[in-house]
Amino acid sequence: MDEALLRSLTPGVLAVLVRRGADFAAAEDAVQDALVEAVRVWPEETPRDPKGWLVTVAWRRFLDATRAEAARRRREDLVDEEPAAGPASGVDDTLQLYFLCAHPSLTPSSAVALTLRAVGGLTTRQIARAYLVPEATMAQRISRAKRTVSGVRLDRHGDVATVLRVLYLVFNEGYSGDVDLVAEAIRLTRQLAAQVDHPEVAGLLALMLLHHARRAARTAPDGSLVPLAEQDRSRWDTRAIAEGVEILQAALARDRLGEFQAQAAIAALHADARTAEETDWVQIVEWYDELARLTDSPVVRLNRAVAVGEADGPRAGLAALAELDESLPRHTAVAAHLHERDGDLPKAARLYAEAAHKASDLAERDHLTRQAARLNHRQGP
Amino acid sequence: MAKYLLLKHYRGAPDPVNNVPMDQWTPEEISEHIQYMNDFAARLEKSGEFVDGQALAPEGQWVRYDGEGRPPVTDGPFAETKDLIAGWMIIDVDSQERAVELAGELSAAPGAGGRPIHEWLEVRPFLTAHPNVTE
Repeated sequence: MDEALLRSLTPGVLAVLVRRGADFAAAEDAVQDALVEAVRVWPEETPRDPKGWLVTVAWRRFLDATRAEAARRRREDLVDEEPAAGPASGVDDTLQLYFLCAHPSLTPSSAVALTLRAVGGLTTRQIARAYLVPEATMAQRISRAKRTVSGVRLDRHGDVATVLRVLYLVFNEGYSGDVDLVAEAIRLTRQLAAQVDHPEVAGLLALMLLHHARRAARTAPDGSLVPLAEQDRSRWDTRAIAEGVEILQAALARDRLGEFQAQAAIAALHADARTAEETDWVQIVEWYDELARLTDSPVVRLNRAVAVGEADGPRAGLAALAELDESLPRHTAVAAHLHERDGDLPKAARLYAEAAHKASDLAERDHLTRQAARLNHRQGP
Repeated sequence: MAKYLLLKHYRGAPDPVNNVPMDQWTPEEISEHIQYMNDFAARLEKSGEFVDGQALAPEGQWVRYDGEGRPPVTDGPFAETKDLIAGWMIIDVDSQERAVELAGELSAAPGAGGRPIHEWLEVRPFLTAHPNVTE
């Protein structure tokens, strides 16, 4: 029973039903039913044409549901319209589903939930567990999302950028639950990249692969964060790095730079350094300049200040930091780091403690508390 | 995409506008208050934003470890603790603005005279457990 195969077929099957005239919400429910049926039946006997099997079962489920609810006239029309069975190509259809599920009328959390279910083929229960909310809440979120997009026509002229934002949100949610959302985000982005020729899709895929490659080294066995400079680089996944770099280079060669390509370029420069000391910080600063030009994001400027601190020394980093709004998240943490490198340990310790107090992430807070403790202990009597 | 705890206090919060203790309300006013809270939770479940809600008894104990092989030390219950949590609701929403908006609605629950209590609710963001992408 190949769950990856099953899930990869999900959007294509759904697209076929929608194309045949089923409304999106009902079609989506029918496909979920078919997936459940497949999980039950396939271990005994895997069909020769898995997608055709799913289409047939899902369509039957859809008709059953329609029969139960809709007028007889409508049902007969649909049955009449049913096309002959056969291999269904679904490349464009799947792409349209990505657009629909990331439609700008949806809130970010709705778009994420709908994408994971309709494109990713996850069950409501799995999505609920991944986001640590009750299943009933997630079910409502998904059905509301379906209602919101029910009037949207499936056409291919969506904005890739909205889809990428949704996939990036899924990626950033991480892997705290029993569903690995990082792996899922990579799978969905890979699937998207196979269907749409767009340098930013490639850029996002490269960025995800390059970050994911460092996953094993990023946390210590006790769950605490290991900063980039202290990571055991032999634990980085070289295959994922090679793939990410290759995808990125092909994208950059097309000379249509975007923020994900620029972020991936920075990740690639880190991945390229065999030791922290070998990191090409000068080039990283240049990429941050590009990124700041593309996004005008204060978070980018904050990260740029860190890079400047490495490239030109902590004083230069502090000068870059001084130009930024102190209320930015992680501003204090960056200041602490730069002051430590500048040798002002009491100030750094005080700022680390303050940054820990402001942190919004549990692992980051613990990390910053340890940094403060480390410096305080060193200074101690 | 972010969870918030809406915290309701028996004591310890600033005084509400409609500051009449519940035991002096009419039974109908109490029913209406409870109904409002239930409706609010049901509405959040429908909007896909509800995570959990619980009420706590006003009296509890303090418990402390007292060494290997010994039963824990207990103390209390204390009637005069300064800050007393009455209950909570956990929501999962797209923005802090939304969390504040919902807390505002919850604070409008009717009290004495059927008028909103305007009680103070504490809104606390959860610490997330996301790996940090910007290293």
